[in-house]
Amino acid sequence: MAVLQVGMADLKVAKVPDILSSAGLGSCIGICLWDPITRIGGLAHIMLPSSALARNTDNKAKFADTAIPALVQEMERIGAMKSRLVAKIAGGAQMFALTEASSIMKIGERNAESSLETLRKMGIKLLHAETGANYGRSITFKTETGQLHIRTIEYGERIV
Amino acid sequence: MDDEVKNLSNLQIDALSEIGNVGAGNAATSLSIMINRRVEMSVPRVSIIPITDIWQVVGSEEEVVCGIFLRALGQAPGSILFMLPLKTAHQMVDLLMGVPPETNQELGEIGHSALKELGNILSGTYLNALSLFTGLEFIPSVPDLAIDMSASILGSLVLPMAEVGDYTLVIETVFSENHKALVGHFMMFPDPGSLSIILDKLGVDQ
Repeated sequence: MAVLQVGMADLKVAKVPDILSSAGLGSCIGICLWDPITRIGGLAHIMLPSSALARNTDNKAKFADTAIPALVQEMERIGAMKSRLVAKIAGGAQMFALTEASSIMKIGERNAESSLETLRKMGIKLLHAETGANYGRSITFKTETGQLHIRTIEYGERIV
Repeated sequence: MDDEVKNLSNLQIDALSEIGNVGAGNAATSLSIMINRRVEMSVPRVSIIPITDIWQVVGSEEEVVCGIFLRALGQAPGSILFMLPLKTAHQMVDLLMGVPPETNQELGEIGHSALKELGNILSGTYLNALSLFTGLEFIPSVPDLAIDMSASILGSLVLPMAEVGDYTLVIETVFSENHKALVGHFMMFPDPGSLSIILDKLGVDQ
């Protein structure tokens, strides 16, 4: 069994019994997709909500709106079926409170909105979303069960 | 941002390092006065790093740290982060409050306030030096504090920059006290666009 680390602006797919993991998500979001029949899993660690505003969109894993379709494609390539996929997402925190009236610092919230919107548009059923608040999360996603383990420093841990 | 940072000359990097040096020197002096200890500082390091590797600035992604963050507002805005290992943050609060070591095992509200004030003063003195050198005004925002994984803190700080590029520039100084017993990282991240303005004012524009 391998544990695959998925860094910022990266995505990876895995077959049972491998595990996918992302450490220290702040405003970033970990989007986990799972096909319960083939038990193929995928994890995208997105940084930004939308590729529409960005100058360079070569890396699809960087944006919620392009990472999810790319992840689905990768999963289909190794045998998953799109219509069976279910999703769990975590992250999208706002680590620091700021008085500055600027939407750029609200990236966590915008990341969450865009991730949910993209999943909805693609018809992927959302099973769990834990986004927002002001703390970091590390996640581990098991292809065997589709369970997502969320760990935090001061706000406990849970399996969803 | 990428075009701004990738073509920097040695002269420009030296100039940024020099303002970092004077800024951090002032900040080290004020820190030394506040904790009544001698504070040493490293030569500032100017690093150009891929945003996706930002967590490598401190070593381990999941290391629990205390981050004091504030924005430097004005014509050439940027972000400032003073980051300490959690244990160091506790020791710092003891020193700031003038109580015996290991009095503060939990940070609590007073500890948070003390550390935010520390961030305030360090940034204020640092930015004063920056203003003197550049003639630009830097107005520090109210600081905020987070105790969390270093990757969460650093990642969130540089995320907005990812919209316009893949790289970030950081001017970093390490403060230490009593032969590295207490170590904190003081970091300044100019926003995309700000770097050109600062370099221009320093007279080392391209």
